[in-house]
Amino acid sequence: MSSIERSPWLIHYDASSCNGCDIEVLACLTPVYDAERFGCIVTGDPKQADIFLVTGSVNHLNAPIVKNIYDQMPEPKAVVAIGACAYSGGVFAECYNVSGGVASTIPVDVYVPGCAAKPESILDGVVRAAQILKEKEKAMRATRKAERKGRKAEGAQR
Amino acid sequence: MKGIEIYIAIAYVVLGPLLGGLLDGFDRVITARLQGRVGPPLLQPFYDLRKLFTRRIRPVNRLQLPLIASHLVFAVLTGVLFFYGSDILLIIFVLTLASIFLVLAAYSTGSPFSTIGADRELLLMTAYEPMIIIALVALFGVAKSFNFYEILSSAMPIYLYLPGIYLGLVFVLQMKLRKSPFDISASHHAHQELVMGLTADMGGPALGMVELAHWYESVYLFALVLLFFSSSWVSAIVGLSVTYSLIIFLDNVTARVKWQRALSIAWLVTLVAGAGNLIPFYLISRGTP
Repeated sequence: MSSIERSPWLIHYDASSCNGCDIEVLACLTPVYDAERFGCIVTGDPKQADIFLVTGSVNHLNAPIVKNIYDQMPEPKAVVAIGACAYSGGVFAECYNVSGGVASTIPVDVYVPGCAAKPESILDGVVRAAQILKEKEKAMRATRKAERKGRKAEGAQR
Repeated sequence: MKGIEIYIAIAYVVLGPLLGGLLDGFDRVITARLQGRVGPPLLQPFYDLRKLFTRRIRPVNRLQLPLIASHLVFAVLTGVLFFYGSDILLIIFVLTLASIFLVLAAYSTGSPFSTIGADRELLLMTAYEPMIIIALVALFGVAKSFNFYEILSSAMPIYLYLPGIYLGLVFVLQMKLRKSPFDISASHHAHQELVMGLTADMGGPALGMVELAHWYESVYLFALVLLFFSSSWVSAIVGLSVTYSLIIFLDNVTARVKWQRALSIAWLVTLVAGAGNLIPFYLISRGTP
């Protein structure tokens, strides 16, 4: 089992959620749902996080912040968009200041449905994101290996 | 006894993280059970550490990684000197140096969270150092030695002579191990007011080294506790398990204090439990040659 799949650390950002999904994200840490079973730790530091949980629609004010957090996370990383607003902007989609779902700013790997999303489905989303991370890590290793081989071959040619 | 110390010191370098990680793993499982959760697997700290070292991350500046590496080196050196049987007073200085490197690493990032975390770590150091020094002086008073093995082999029930000092030491261990109510400088929990505090802006291998140094530190801190219970195997096992359980229990039932209170309580405990135990002990032992 890959190490990143066993300890996916989370960072949670409330883009412009009504707080409904955020309460459900916090519920995942309580004894009933206990996200720590899967090795999850909610950190406050994007540099320590592997999975980015975003709730709510993205607007023009917080799009740079979402982008900033995403950019600070080390590769490989996964994004989980939680709830209807994070998918498409939800009921706020038509607002003049809303630019849409999370995918309007950063690439999303997993969408968790619901308004508000249920803790069970959020946990499911996190576990799926951890599997995606594993795949991404594998792909990254393969490309690195290929690059190293390429460099070696280049050196030999010279 | 001579000659074996070097092997114990080498064993500490190799097996220290294993023991420290297991202590951390048991801690997380017990904490989860106390809160009615299933909790992570026992080996979770090792999975976390392995992941942290596979992460590739650009450090925030050129100073951070060397400072954190120095923190790790000096934390290991403290334990090595301790188990090699060097003078424990010397060890206290190396221990302080290790902590100072971590504080400097936190200051170097410039993040407001890590700066406040570093401030608080310095305050915690001023809070716990007097108690540790008093504990060592008292251990010398009983065993007439500053050497780990000589105190260990004196085989006296030191906890009977120095109950106050023992309690005071457990109290400051709570600070040194970053446990509630004194986890004000850094915490694993993101829901604290300082986000990650001291470890903010440290990612990947940097955080891995801090974690590793913490495991090394916890091993020799528990070895220090062992000195109080070295009279027999039974007392050693009971003493260490009671201390470990007490620390986890306090971590779970107490709320985080403000730094002002942490400082004043720690000095009060040092004065009452530490000096209150040391002075009568000194007066009595002077009366009986």
